[in-house]
Amino acid sequence: MLKKRIIPCLDVDNGRVVKGVNFIDLIDAGDPVEQAKLYNSEGADELCFLDITASSDNRQTLLNTVKKTAENCFIPLTVGGGVRNLEDVKKLLHAGADKVSINTSAVLNREFVKQAAEKYGSSTIVIAVDAKNILDNKWEVFTHGGREATGIDAIEYCQEVASLGAGEILLTSMDRDGTKLGFDVDLLKRITSKIYIPVIASGGVGTLEHFSQGILQGGANSVLAASVFHFGQLKIQDVKRYLADKNIPVRI
Amino acid sequence: MKLTIINYGSGNLHSVHKAFEKVNSIIGSPYNITVTSNPLEINESDKIVLPGVGAFNQCKNSLLDINNLYETLEDKVIQKKIPFMGICVGMQLLANKAYEFGNHNGFGWIEGEVVKLNTKETFQVPHMGWNEVCFEKHPLFTNCKQGTDFYFVHSFHFKAAKKENVLATTNYSETITAAVINENIFGTQFHPEKSHENGKKIIENFLNWKP
Repeated sequence: MLKKRIIPCLDVDNGRVVKGVNFIDLIDAGDPVEQAKLYNSEGADELCFLDITASSDNRQTLLNTVKKTAENCFIPLTVGGGVRNLEDVKKLLHAGADKVSINTSAVLNREFVKQAAEKYGSSTIVIAVDAKNILDNKWEVFTHGGREATGIDAIEYCQEVASLGAGEILLTSMDRDGTKLGFDVDLLKRITSKIYIPVIASGGVGTLEHFSQGILQGGANSVLAASVFHFGQLKIQDVKRYLADKNIPVRI
Repeated sequence: MKLTIINYGSGNLHSVHKAFEKVNSIIGSPYNITVTSNPLEINESDKIVLPGVGAFNQCKNSLLDINNLYETLEDKVIQKKIPFMGICVGMQLLANKAYEFGNHNGFGWIEGEVVKLNTKETFQVPHMGWNEVCFEKHPLFTNCKQGTDFYFVHSFHFKAAKKENVLATTNYSETITAAVINENIFGTQFHPEKSHENGKKIIENFLNWKP
């Protein structure tokens, strides 16, 4: 049976993990490669790097980080942040990313999604969607790190990018992000019931129960979390054991 | 001894290379591992690995675009029978035919066809993630546990014509070929380079393999 994936996410800025972290056994707590190695050994099913670096000068730093991580982690690695064109996708894949996540550029240019999927395969292209609840049962897509409203309906947008060849959707609820109140299950449910590509739930996880809610009620194929893992509040194996007890298939 | 990973522009080359180097150094294998598209270098190989990510036809065309590459591969694998391993699309290329974005011919080294996953609506495509693999007793699965998890990511799968060529299977709405075998030719649908400790075992077994 296909396992539900638990994915730690690292926000990387100029080669360093941001959001202060305090793993005690690491030589360099802010080094993404060291953290990736730790998650790799703790049983993460996949890793996600989001590059929040604003300036393009630092792209080379990201590529080096991806390269070093790929040398040390033998689990899939998704990299996103500032991916604007096919050349960006290619560089990340060649550095060792297995999947590339596209956000703002997919909203601005839907043709880019199609081209990237055709050239590098659907399974390589993840579309990251930042959605905000604006009315009852209505969510809007935001771009530029959640700063700009687009007027685009999030559910329709997910259906559209899936039909253009996206292999997976990384769905972040802006309302829940950082709140530890749990995933926006309504949003998840509405999207997972309409599209037939995997959806990663993101934004809001704070307790073990939230993980199972995202999967059982939201229909997510995998769950992504940052701070609960970074701050050592939860261990990956604790999450997996909890889910296994609920008869949710996980890789232990 | 020389192990060659074929470079024809496939995306995950770096991961495959690093995984093989790591295992090679851990177990103290005698291989010098190179990544190349040069037929002269491939001609001197003792083992060959063909990775593959993306669409079948795109992979096949990029490979055929390199002068004398396919001919050298065929000579080494079919005539000289050196151990060969294909990964993901690198495994699917071994089939006779594939039906991804049209009809295409494969190498025809293992009889079969590459067809779209026949999933019901509750099974999302691509088949992406860790899934349980059951295998026949074979040196390439030494020290692996029946039903252990490997990482898959694909929308098409290899339907082998002969049962004896299917070395391992997984289940995702239907039975899916997870590994194929034909004498010196081995292929995995899953990604050993992304399957953590289990994947390292497969790589180790391939490095030790004497078909």
